[in-house]
Amino acid sequence: MNSSDIVFMFVSTSFVMFMIIGLALFYGGLVRARNILSIIAQCMICIGLVTIIWILYGYSLVFGSDVFGFIGNLDFLFLKNVGQDAGPHADNIPHILFCMFQLMFAAITPALITGAFAERMKFKAFILFTFLWSTFVYFPIAHWVWGGGWIGTHGGLDFAGGTVIHINSAVAALAGAIAVGKRKGWPVEQIKPHNLGVTFLGAGILWLGWFGFNSGSALAANGVAMNAFFVTQIAASASALSWMAVEWKIHGKPTVLGLASGAVAGLVAITPASGFVSAFPALLIGLVAGVVCFYAVGLKARFKYDDSLDVVAIHGVGGLWGALATGLFASLEVNPSGADGLFYGNPSLFVIQLADNAAVIVYSMIVSLIIFKIVDLLIGLKVSPEEENAGLDISLHGEKAYN
Amino acid sequence: MKKIEAVIKPFKLDDVKEALNEIGIQGMTVSEVKGYGRQKGHKEIYRGAEYVVDFVPKVKIEIALKSDRVEEAVKIIREAAKTDNIGDGKIFVSPLEKVVRVRTGETDEDAL
Repeated sequence: MNSSDIVFMFVSTSFVMFMIIGLALFYGGLVRARNILSIIAQCMICIGLVTIIWILYGYSLVFGSDVFGFIGNLDFLFLKNVGQDAGPHADNIPHILFCMFQLMFAAITPALITGAFAERMKFKAFILFTFLWSTFVYFPIAHWVWGGGWIGTHGGLDFAGGTVIHINSAVAALAGAIAVGKRKGWPVEQIKPHNLGVTFLGAGILWLGWFGFNSGSALAANGVAMNAFFVTQIAASASALSWMAVEWKIHGKPTVLGLASGAVAGLVAITPASGFVSAFPALLIGLVAGVVCFYAVGLKARFKYDDSLDVVAIHGVGGLWGALATGLFASLEVNPSGADGLFYGNPSLFVIQLADNAAVIVYSMIVSLIIFKIVDLLIGLKVSPEEENAGLDISLHGEKAYN
Repeated sequence: MKKIEAVIKPFKLDDVKEALNEIGIQGMTVSEVKGYGRQKGHKEIYRGAEYVVDFVPKVKIEIALKSDRVEEAVKIIREAAKTDNIGDGKIFVSPLEKVVRVRTGETDEDAL
């Protein structure tokens, strides 16, 4: 046990918790005024529901002893053997602290998906979806990468969740946008963000929280953690500027939403790489993320899926770029327990990253589509046109954000 | 009796009100409205999606007054609301059939 590590992980865990609040504001400002509370409610469900299933069986399925590389066993069911002493995954901090840090990742991931079907999904359907998706998609994939499953053991790198969290949630988001269907009027009617100040506040909270998200993934207050801290700042800044620049060039104005979106895209892209790459690769990762994600936003109009808040473009494309960039720029000099990437003489890491992420995309897409189908059959996914017109805040939650 | 409805630029409201007060015309109803005429709307950009917003925010003032004061009032409103730019607004004058003051029940010119 190391008390500096304990303090550091306590702070990091709290930061990740606060990210979910930031996400609610980031998304909340982007929807119309009549739907902001529905976003907040969905984020709260992710915190509440995932916390409960995590302590019941989720933690065990992710971090219990490996079964066939696919899932954890039931060693930690109902938190059995999870106490104040160190656990098998981190010998420097209490097992319960490790458990809680990992819980925050499990809770924020379904919250990220909500952006894809914002402003139209039934609340009951969302609750059932979150329960099923966490159980059958998030827990297995988190186990594959971090819990002793096949991706982690054969050398795939994902420092803080580019694959587990961002790509995974974005694939489910694409499935959700398709399964739930378009918002009424999209893309013909003008559906505009109602409060970009709130969105910026949310982006700022996300940025701050991301320091805990990435640095905390080192699981100790050490140099690798501070490397993650440093490169997180660099990538987010670079991406904010590059998104703004390309938007300015194409549309004639540098928008604040562009700056905020670019920052988030950079944060996403650096996530898997943050413990493995140094400052200048991080700069490049950020610069590319802002441009690539900006263009990726245009995909939904071309392919006619209403990914309302661009989860696919920012978390999917940004996450995929970050995962592949990890295969390019990872360096043993930064982290001896990582690997060298293609530009450091080891092309095999790039191939591993490509294959792992392809597998995650396929698994997440198939199982997410099945889950949406089941929820559709049991409850129905989409609210009625009348409810959608009135806004989910009043029709589902019986309250309005603004009176 | 006539009713004047003037649609003007929102930031000109105080100037118009002051100018009308100076010639002794008091009382008006104001609403925030949107509309468009020759003035084009503006472009908004959200994550690369460009929206053309046709409806421009305006203020509409409504005044009821005696017919012999209409010419003067229209002139004053026009002078006060003018910026010489497109989008300064329009003034509509129409006949008014009946006016009732709610508190006293007075009617027509007594109620103005």
